[in-house]
Amino acid sequence: MNAGTLFSSRSARLLLGLLAVLSLAPLGVDDYTLSILIAVLLQAYLGMSWNVMMGFAGQFSLGHALYIGLGAYAAGALFIHFGVSPWIGVFAGMTVSVAVSSVIGMLGFRFKVMGVYFALLTIAFAEFTRVLFDHWGWVGASSGLVLPVTNRVSDDFWLLRGSTSMFYYLILAMTVAGFLFSRSLLMRRIGYYWQAIRENEDAADALGIPVFRYKMIAVVISAAMTSVGGMFIAFFSNNLFPESIFSMHRSLELILGPIIGGVGTLFGPILGAVILTAMGETFTILGEHVGIDGVKQIAYGICLLAILIVKPNGVWPWLRHRLGLDGDGK
Amino acid sequence: MDATFFLNVTSSGLLTGLVYGLMALGLSVIFGVMRVVNFAHGDLMVVAMYAAFLLFTKLGIQPVPALPLVAGGLFVVGYLLQRVLINRFLGATEHIQFLLLLSVAIIITNVVLMVFGPDARNIQLDASFESYSVGPLVLDKVRVIAAITAGGVAALLWAFFRYTTTGTAIRACADNPVGARVVGLDVEKLYAVTFGIGAACVGAAGCLLLLLVDVHPHLSSDYTLLGFIIVILGGLGSLGGALLGGILVGLSEALSGVLIAPSLKSMFSFGLLILVLLLRPQGILGKKP
Repeated sequence: MNAGTLFSSRSARLLLGLLAVLSLAPLGVDDYTLSILIAVLLQAYLGMSWNVMMGFAGQFSLGHALYIGLGAYAAGALFIHFGVSPWIGVFAGMTVSVAVSSVIGMLGFRFKVMGVYFALLTIAFAEFTRVLFDHWGWVGASSGLVLPVTNRVSDDFWLLRGSTSMFYYLILAMTVAGFLFSRSLLMRRIGYYWQAIRENEDAADALGIPVFRYKMIAVVISAAMTSVGGMFIAFFSNNLFPESIFSMHRSLELILGPIIGGVGTLFGPILGAVILTAMGETFTILGEHVGIDGVKQIAYGICLLAILIVKPNGVWPWLRHRLGLDGDGK
Repeated sequence: MDATFFLNVTSSGLLTGLVYGLMALGLSVIFGVMRVVNFAHGDLMVVAMYAAFLLFTKLGIQPVPALPLVAGGLFVVGYLLQRVLINRFLGATEHIQFLLLLSVAIIITNVVLMVFGPDARNIQLDASFESYSVGPLVLDKVRVIAAITAGGVAALLWAFFRYTTTGTAIRACADNPVGARVVGLDVEKLYAVTFGIGAACVGAAGCLLLLLVDVHPHLSSDYTLLGFIIVILGGLGSLGGALLGGILVGLSEALSGVLIAPSLKSMFSFGLLILVLLLRPQGILGKKP
């Protein structure tokens, strides 16, 4: 935890090295590899957003697709209907997500809905919203919202129309920002409050920590971060369907990374995203060779089980120890 | 919209709801005893439905007579699942248990997908087209049979927990696992039996539901969610609550389907869930924790 200054420790140097390699990546790889890297970084970013709520503050959400969807639809719909830049739309998405998540958090925490029940409450809200968007004409209902794609020679960063490498740098910047932000949260008073609440809510309350307020802050920050990821998905994939963007599978996928990597750790979501994407890609290739459709998913499920049995606390705490970075912050 | 039509829709929703309730009963038993949230519940349901489908198409055994077979098979699956895998994770945090069951669900769904393909299957019985008329009411014969059988299985389960030694022992484990261990109960084994019973409920419900709807592999997550909605509505751990929740969801699906739009029916179920979670988090028949 005592990381000292940001750039002096060994883990920081390793991270900077990783960052340098990643920022040069578009020069050396093709678009397909780049899109895989984007998938990894996107999953890492979303995992970090979830980690703030679950890993730091211990509030289990299974409905984060809700905030992805709200962020994506807010930015996407404003762009299509009014030509508004996603950089303005993203604030609309964050505002809506903050509002919705405060309602969920307030209702849940006020009425003492906890643990699994709270998680199911978040699923219920996400599914509710999915069906709602399926019937809302202004955002295209179930036929979806498609962002216009035009051939252009240069990247338009203001409107986020352009090449794969532009999106790559954007998501890389988001991931770095998310990491630094998470780190700064964890190192502050708020981070310690959250961890106290996570470990024992009653004890935290007895110590005078305003439990309700800090749980709300965690939920709201996590939702806002997630909705930025939603904006990215909207403009990167160019089409939005309630069926897929709000789907429970997206919520589940989102939390696999941090759990595999290590819930509550800073680097866990990133490592988890790398492991899961590597697994997914390997089994896709394997599945093509075998020629049977379900094989990929079955192997994926078995690997998840195996990791869970061998390293129930995630891979990162173990790897960190092996790399000798234990004293070097999370 | 006349009263007879309304009454018919209501009664068919009520009957389907009892089958839903039986499925949720399994979930409720598992959570009530082990505090494990079975995220693979819908997957077990789909497995049961396919098993009943196979027994009918290959061996000509109708779903109701096949029920003991399928329930027995699912009992074994559930028993082994708990014994081999889940017992290792009893003390683990919720999200770890959740991921464990999710991995199991991914594996089951895709094995089913691999074996049966993605197409929807259904079975046609002679009884499928018959119905009973009670005054102005017209009830599908299969729906009545399914509902009565579901009620019967639920009654059996209640009697098991109430009157048998094993049932009492399981209730002891639910109340106080440490105490149960102190008096010499084999808690791990009883947990495995409990998961087996929960899975057997799903097996029975799967047979019955196959009489009413088509089955395809991707139904699993829908049924998992449906199960959760029902048990939370009724109150986790309460047998009567699961049936009541099932009936409520059956009714709300049927009524919102005809009164508003079929595609909106799940929104009403979720709306109901949110309402109950906020107004009475322990469920309608649940006891305060």
